[in-house]
Amino acid sequence: MSHLLEVTDLRKEYPLQSGLLSAVMGSRRVVHAVNGVSFVLDEGGSLGLAGESGCGKTTTAKLILRLLHPTAGSIRFAGRDVAALDGSDLLSYRRQVQFIFQNPYEALNPRFTILRSLLEPLIIHEIGQSIAERVERVAGALDRVHLNPPETFFLKYPHQLSGGQLQRVVIARALLVDPVLLVADEPVSMLDVSIRAGVLNLMRELSRERKLTTIYISHDLALIRYMCSVTAVMYLGTICEIGPTEEVIEHPRHPYTQALVSAVPDPDPTRPRRPVEIADTVPTPFQLPAGCPFADRCPQVMEVCRHLRPLLLPVDAGVRVACHLYPDSTPRTAEGYGAKMEPH
Amino acid sequence: MSSSERAAALPQWTRATSTWRDALLVTWAVARRDRFALAGLVIYGVLLVVALAAPVVAPYNPQDLNYRPDGEVAANEVPSLPHWLGTTNLGRDIFSQVLFGARAALVVGFVAAFGVVVLGTLVGLFAGYYSGWVDMLLMRLADVAFGIPFLPMAIVLVAFLGPSIWNTVLVMVLLLWRDTGRVIRAQVLSLRTRSYVEAARVLGASHLRTMFVHIAPNVLPLSFLYGSLAVGWAILTEATISFLGFGDPNVISWGFMLQDAYNSQAMARHAFYWFVPPGLCIMLAVMAGFFIGRGYEELLFPRLRRR
Repeated sequence: MSHLLEVTDLRKEYPLQSGLLSAVMGSRRVVHAVNGVSFVLDEGGSLGLAGESGCGKTTTAKLILRLLHPTAGSIRFAGRDVAALDGSDLLSYRRQVQFIFQNPYEALNPRFTILRSLLEPLIIHEIGQSIAERVERVAGALDRVHLNPPETFFLKYPHQLSGGQLQRVVIARALLVDPVLLVADEPVSMLDVSIRAGVLNLMRELSRERKLTTIYISHDLALIRYMCSVTAVMYLGTICEIGPTEEVIEHPRHPYTQALVSAVPDPDPTRPRRPVEIADTVPTPFQLPAGCPFADRCPQVMEVCRHLRPLLLPVDAGVRVACHLYPDSTPRTAEGYGAKMEPH
Repeated sequence: MSSSERAAALPQWTRATSTWRDALLVTWAVARRDRFALAGLVIYGVLLVVALAAPVVAPYNPQDLNYRPDGEVAANEVPSLPHWLGTTNLGRDIFSQVLFGARAALVVGFVAAFGVVVLGTLVGLFAGYYSGWVDMLLMRLADVAFGIPFLPMAIVLVAFLGPSIWNTVLVMVLLLWRDTGRVIRAQVLSLRTRSYVEAARVLGASHLRTMFVHIAPNVLPLSFLYGSLAVGWAILTEATISFLGFGDPNVISWGFMLQDAYNSQAMARHAFYWFVPPGLCIMLAVMAGFFIGRGYEELLFPRLRRR
């Protein structure tokens, strides 16, 4: 048995200075945008990537979409290495994996009409025999995202539509090629609060209907709880906790997850709140602490956290945590420094 | 709407989805909102009509010697009814030469500008899109082109390749693409990070398709701006080269006329009717290019308008 998507020790580094001097001096300062992310996703599953801004969520998504090339590690889709795909294999991968952009106002070419934008995937993948058939498909796609009647949108330009309508068009475009995996990067963060639920319900309904595998990226735990069965919490380019969504949110194990969950506003004012305070700000991602990335801010920091990086290992209830509070996470040998994290 | 109704409306929808047509419509939009740009377009329109109609409208062949009734060569005549702007020292009709000069100006101006826009836009697209060593190579080439003094280089090349109007055009294309290339590159660098360009990649568009279908229409107005300026530059340069005596001796151009007038001491003889009309024509043609460019600039950078 193999998983649909298998991400293993994924890393993306950006050189900070690429000048002659630093090359001579040998001091290679790099930003670790993604620093060893591993997870698997089965067909039909839905994964939520949560975390604050700058923790590498979007970079991870762009690596999966092959908009960026990883520095190290691998992404396997249906058993094949994504980085090695080319030609028709890459085209078929592009057809199977689609992306919903964070900013719908920028995701559509301002000089294309809606019809032109939606014809583009059909032209690229040579779907449909004639222009008439393609227009029919576009009309069907707009209909499915509840933009009715579809013809009234054909000749509109993006600037003539509202944010919610634009995001529906973007969803329609992604679904036109019948993808298997749909990655959504903050799909509603640019939208008005009043229409968020509508777009989210639409996405949920469509992905159930088509048995899509989905990855949602968001800083909003409520959104992830609503949309995803599995949640991964990211901090500074690594996953610090991953498990079934209800388990992760109801019983957070990692101190960072606890802080994140406690920061979510609760609509019930009578419920007692136990805010978890965390100190300072995120360390700059080019001077990563040697040990646990969260050590400097962790309220429960121990001596071991400062020099030994915890591994992401199973704790209980299907949850895996990278924290020394859970003894299994502490590597038993010195190889534990930045050691590879095994996928399961 | 049923699918049969949609099939009927199909031509209307597909016609409206041509992005290149859309980009060309921008020119019209520019002319409609800017009087100077409109004036520029009108000047070019008139020049175009004159150039096309020159063989029909011109009273004489501009290269022919004219004779008086008594059989003498009609040299250095002042304006009169048969010769509206007089004749040259060889008895050629100046008015006819001015009309035919529009042909040379338009051919040089538009062919050179077209070449500059095509080459500059291609260089800018490739350099900006691929970055890395492609960008490095193309931009160092642009640096070299910037380092070459324009007029001396043009004169040397034309002298070397032989005085022909096409060599003049070639030289201008080879030297003037640099500005367009630089500006388009900068624009492409910013466009390629936009989500809709990434979206094209995610949808599976090839690099060439991304460049020419998704990015190019968005830089085209900028290309047109540089193209309209290049028209003016090209006409001016052709006039300069011809005036300096490196032009095509078989083509009557306004620059050639000025040189002819200068060499035969028309200025000393106060023969204004000889050198003022071609000079005015050059000025009008160059101004028209800059007027249109100005209109584009205001459309592209609306904040300039208030200054």
